[in-house]
Parts: sequence; C-alpha cells; structure tokens
Amino acid sequence: MTPDHVIERSDFDELFGALLRQGYTIVGPTVRDRAIVYDEIRASADLPVGWTDEQDGGHYRLRRRDDEALFGYAVGPHSWKQYQLPAQVSLWQARVDERGALVDVSEPPRTTPRYAFFGARSCELHAMGILDRVLLGGSHPDPADRARRQDVFVVAVQCAQAGGTCFCVSMNTGPVAESGFDLALTEIIDDGRHYFTVQVGSDRGAAVLRDVPHQPAAGHERVAAGAVHARTAAQMGRELDTEGIKELLYRNFEHPRWDEVAERCLTCGNCTMVCPTCFCTTVEDVTDLAGEHVERTQRWDSCFTVDYSHIHGGAVRASPRSRYRQWMTHKLASWWDQFDSSGCVGCGRCITWCPVGIDITEEARAIRESEGRAGADD
Amino acid sequence: MVPEPFEVISRRQDTADTWTLELARSTGDPLAFAPGQFTMISAGGAGEVPISISGDPDRPERLVHTVRAVGLATEAICASEPGHMLGARGPFGAPWPVQQVADGAEVVIAAGGIGLAPLRPAILWLLARRERFGRLVLLYGGRAPDQLLYTDEFDAWADRGLEILVTVDSAGPEWLGRVGVVTRLVGRAGLAGGETFAMACGPEVMMRFTVSALRDAGVDPDRMFASMERNMQCGIGHCGHCQLGPTLVCRDGPVYRWSALAPWLAIREV
Amino acid sequence: MQTIDELITSAHVFDGLTREQLGVIAGCGRNEHIESGAFVLREGDAADRFFIIRRGTVAVEVHTPGRGALTIETLHAGDAVGLSWLFEPYRWQLDARALEPCALIGFDAVCLRGKLEGDNELGYELMRRFTANLVERLHATRLQLLDVYGHA
Repeated sequence: MTPDHVIERSDFDELFGALLRQGYTIVGPTVRDRAIVYDEIRASADLPVGWTDEQDGGHYRLRRRDDEALFGYAVGPHSWKQYQLPAQVSLWQARVDERGALVDVSEPPRTTPRYAFFGARSCELHAMGILDRVLLGGSHPDPADRARRQDVFVVAVQCAQAGGTCFCVSMNTGPVAESGFDLALTEIIDDGRHYFTVQVGSDRGAAVLRDVPHQPAAGHERVAAGAVHARTAAQMGRELDTEGIKELLYRNFEHPRWDEVAERCLTCGNCTMVCPTCFCTTVEDVTDLAGEHVERTQRWDSCFTVDYSHIHGGAVRASPRSRYRQWMTHKLASWWDQFDSSGCVGCGRCITWCPVGIDITEEARAIRESEGRAGADD
Repeated sequence: MVPEPFEVISRRQDTADTWTLELARSTGDPLAFAPGQFTMISAGGAGEVPISISGDPDRPERLVHTVRAVGLATEAICASEPGHMLGARGPFGAPWPVQQVADGAEVVIAAGGIGLAPLRPAILWLLARRERFGRLVLLYGGRAPDQLLYTDEFDAWADRGLEILVTVDSAGPEWLGRVGVVTRLVGRAGLAGGETFAMACGPEVMMRFTVSALRDAGVDPDRMFASMERNMQCGIGHCGHCQLGPTLVCRDGPVYRWSALAPWLAIREV
Repeated sequence: MQTIDELITSAHVFDGLTREQLGVIAGCGRNEHIESGAFVLREGDAADRFFIIRRGTVAVEVHTPGRGALTIETLHAGDAVGLSWLFEPYRWQLDARALEPCALIGFDAVCLRGKLEGDNELGYELMRRFTANLVERLHATRLQLLDVYGHA
C-alpha cells in the first residue's frame, strides 16, 4: 500500500482539530496507570509522546524513548472492543405489574457518540472485522451493535515497531493495514525530520484530510514508509504456525499438554478480558427488592469461570484444564467452523497480560511438535 | 432481547417439581414453531431460561411449556397462575427433522424423564400424519411412577397408533408396569433397523447408552437425533455460553444428528 | 522374576483352572504398568483387551456433563477389569481409570477369543467364571440401586 500524502509533525494537531470540528469524539492511546490505554483524547499532547512499551509473557513496562514519537509502542491492555461491545450494556428496563407483565419497557437510545478511533493498528482492524462477523452476521444481528459501528471514523497507524509478544505476521493480520480505515498513517522520524505519510481509505477520510495541511508524498517518503513496514514485519516477537491448525487441535483434545498448561493457568480470565475478539457476555435480569422494576443487562463474561458452563448438576467444564482447552481451541480452531475465520489476530495481549505468562504460540507449538516427534498418522 | 408478553391460560402440576403451562400470545398471530425448538422464558425479573416447547405444532394458539422448578427463574415460572403474564422470546434452535422420515419408515422415540417434553411436539406431529409412517414406538423411562409425564395422554396416543413402552428405575408394589433402565426397552421393542428413524431426549448419560442400544439394534447413527442441553443465556448465538465443540447449541442444536455429535461427546468436559 | 502363568494365578476369575489352561490364557497376556489417573479402558472403545489387577485400584466410572466422572465400583488386586470382551458386540460400556499406579496383566482379547473358538472346554470354563463374576456384580449393583441408606 503506497501512501499518497504527507503531514508534518508541526501540523499534526490540525488532524485532531479537523475531527473535532466534524463532531467526532476522539478516542485513542494515552498513558494512564503506567500503561497505554484507550480513552478520550483531544490533541497530540494527550498521546504517549516519547513512550514505548516492553512486553513479554506476563510482563508489561513503559519505557522512555530517545525520540518524541507519538506512536512508538504496540498495543496495551485495552482494545477497541470496549467501544464495539461495551463491558456493560443495559438492554432494557421495565416495570413489572401485579400480573407479572412488563410495562413501560424502555430500551436505551441507540445513539452513541460519533467516535473517531485514533491510532488503530492493523491487528485491531482485523479484530473489529471479526467481532462484526460475530455480532452482525448470523440470524440475529444486534441493531445496537450495528449502530455502534456505523459511524466510527478510523485513523489507522501502521506499526513502526513490533511488540515483544506480537505475531500478526503469522496470523496474516499485519503489520500493514490494507483496508478498514478512513486514513492510515505511518510515522517517520528521520534525520531530525518528523512526519507522517498518509493513505486515504475513504471519501470521508479524504474530506477530513482536506482540512489538514498536507503535501503529496514524494518518492523517497514512500520508500521510507515501506522501509518502516518491512522493519516491523521482521521484528515479530512471536510466531504461530497456522498450517492445518484447526485439524491439529481437533485431533489433540486429549493431549497431555493440556494437563501441563492447567498446572500453570489460574483461570483468572485476563486473557479473555484483553483479547480484542473474545465476545462472550452474560445476560442478567436485576430487580429492585420489591420485584417491581427490572433491568436486563449484558456484561462481559469469560469462559474461564466455573459458572460459565453450568447446567443442572454442575459445570460441564469443571476442571481448569478443560477451560483453558476451550478458550484456546475456540480461538484457533472452532472459530473457523463458527465464523469462517480465525479468532486470533496475533496481538499478543493474552501473552503479555497472563500473570503467569502462558503463551498461546508456545502451547500450539508444543502440541504440533509432539506430533512431529511421534509421527502423525495423517 | 425484549421478551414478548404471553398470558398463562392454564397451569397443571405434573410431578412434585414439574408444571405444564399453556400460554397465549398477547398480540399478533400465534407463535409458529417446529418440534424440538425452544423459547427463552422469563417471569417478571426473576431471570430468563431456555425451555423446550412441548405443545402441538399444528395448534400453535397455545404455547405449551413443561417446566421443572430447579432455581429462581423456573420457580417463578412454575408459580405463575392463570391470568399471570410471562415473557417469551423465540422460537429458537434446530428442530427434530421429522420431514426427513422416509415414507413407511419406522420411528422410535426414546425419552428419559423430562426429556419427553421436547419430544411431545414430534409425537403429535407424527400422529397427525400417521398414515405416512410405519411403526411409531415410544420408549419412555423415568425415575419412579410419580415422575412420569403426560400419562393421561398415553391411551389417546395408543389409539392413534403409537406403541408405548414405559419403564421406571424403581417402584413400590402398587406399580404393575415395567421396572428397569430404559435402554432395556430397546431390545424388547423388536426394531427393524435399516430405515428406522430415532429421536432421543433425556439426561446425556441416558441418551448415550440408549443410542448405543439402538445401534446394536441396527439403527443408523445418521438417522438418530438427540436434543442436547448446555448453558444458554441469549438464545441467539451471541453470548457464547452454549458452545459444544465447534457448534452453538442454541443455533446448531439443540437437535443434533448423532453421527455428527458422537465424536464430540466422547471428549470429556468439551 | 515370575512368569505370566504364575502371575495370573492370583486372579479370582481364573480360580480352579488347570496349569495347562492357565498356560493357554497366559500366552495372550503380558505384564503392564499404568500410572495414576490413566484410563485402562474407555466407553465406546472396542473391547479387544482386558486386564487382571495385580496391584493397585481401578475405578469403574461413567462420565456425565455437570457431575463429572461418577464411580460405579472400585476394583482391586485379583479382580478382572473388563467383561465385555467376552460378549458381543465387544464394546466397552463404561470407563475404567487407575486411581493409583497399577500393575496389571493385559490380555489380547482377540487372541484369546480366537483360542477359545478352538478350545470349547476352556471356553466353557471361562464363560462359567466370568458369568459368575457378572452375576455377583449384578446382584451387588441391584443392592446399590435400592439406595438403602437413603430410606433406612
């Protein structure tokens, strides 16, 4: 993908201005609680300027860079999932009359702020697309989800460095975003010059760019952007061989490796919270003490809880072993049968935010390699 | 996700902890459904649960549900008197593929306990078209005589051409029927095998062993269907809870072809 | 170092067989060890082996979703694990799992069934003993079913 334009660092805040003038609420990366999270931002000063992140299994630290890059880090514990599928959603409220009927049923307004996602990475765009298929595909597309996705303006950022746990190259989800954005930026700091190449992805993106001082991209600037992309692709912190992975996992449901990972897994569910594609929710009806008012809410849930698979008599997946197996085989294997794609985008968050550093790429490799040694039948 | 209002028209106690409710939709046409489907039922704010529809698919004016009171939501539903209002969403799920039964084929229905409830619509559908099929056989097993469902309908079903074999796991001297596990009925039924079509519903262990007995009797796993149960919260394939291997029970089930399901059931805690 | 012939004399189900008969059976057997928690046999698998426990404890189980694995019965030194090898359709009805490290004699049931075809007298003797074992366990199961403690 070749960028068409260039914005100088000194003009960068005009991009914020253009979006704000169009009524967007800009959400993007910012430093808080010693991590880079997503929140409302209004100017480049709100970005993690000059920060980078150090990520490994169960390890996340922010470090100062020796330059003033605005996007010199990978992804943090937040994902855009919190806007696409909010952690807590009120579905409806009602009064309950003396016959048990629901009266005055009110659904919350379908309006959400007009968001501009500022700084979305390629893996994240793929994750949003995957969540779209889950929530909007199928026989009961949720109109609330559709409303949330409709008007979102996406300013993508092409990663200038890979994170320690990244493996988007393995999952074919990056590091370069090819589509799904209105504008895509590549940050280049080169010989004292700090600028951004810009790829326009939509008419909406072109309209916003018109409001920002920019120049056509020169040949050497395009080359510089390409070099950034290539360098990032070569830096991946992890690798996952996806060849036949669905069949590999399907035939290894009783592999001893699951016992092994179960000895480490705390079933804390961090991985499901930070994963940008985990979509499981629980539905709860809550009433006041008199039972006269009821509210149905939908909250994030995790397949790691014992209750998750509860039927009469107990949980189907009582053991931690079965719960870890469910999560990993769903993510890499059965997601294909359910939604026609992998569930994993290689962002590495599950590895970074696991308190004991369980690594999905390592677990997959262990199972695959054990077959190689034993000699797989097919 | 907003439940539709249904009025309780009648309420009947079947066993110590099971009630059958007949509901009528408050607005619009009767809720059409296929045998084997379920709805998500709620009573006020006490919570929502998936319950199989056990009514006659040819008479959808009454939405019938047989419910066992095992928790907050089901207790509230079972306690609802005529005139009371319940909420229902649906119908959802893959139904019993009764359309696939070959003309003149034998159909065996194996039910365990409350598993007869999701099969009742299939029984009524088959009986309404009786002349199309060969033998229709119901094998029904329960824990004890006072835990059997719909026994007051058995004579009518028999008159319409359903052979009924009933057994209980244990009973006192007043019970003159069979005592023994339901799998033993399979051998007694003298099934033809071959084109025989089987539908089973009950506790998962009971279905596993009944299917095994049906296989030994010559029934093809491709023509055997079972209704599965998993934790369901939304009923529409979004919440993720009801996953069974690569499938979602609310959407790809609850009725499954046994040959497709068996490899997954062999995996413990899947 | 004992031979298989010698080791299988501890099996209750082979009580009273002649040395020659034991020799025929031992020909299909071999010494095995399995670790705690491992499955000895699994529901649905072909019953082409069976076992005598020399040392250790094996639980006969049914797996249920929600309640996990339920133990029907435990088997101990001298007991036979697996009866379906003798009766069609030669398929295991239940799981059997080692509760501790076990020393077993594992028998090739296909091999032994083959031998019994040609040796009806041995076949009769084994059928008598395994059937008696079955009747004993059936009776015990029936008593278990009565849930006598629940109604005392």
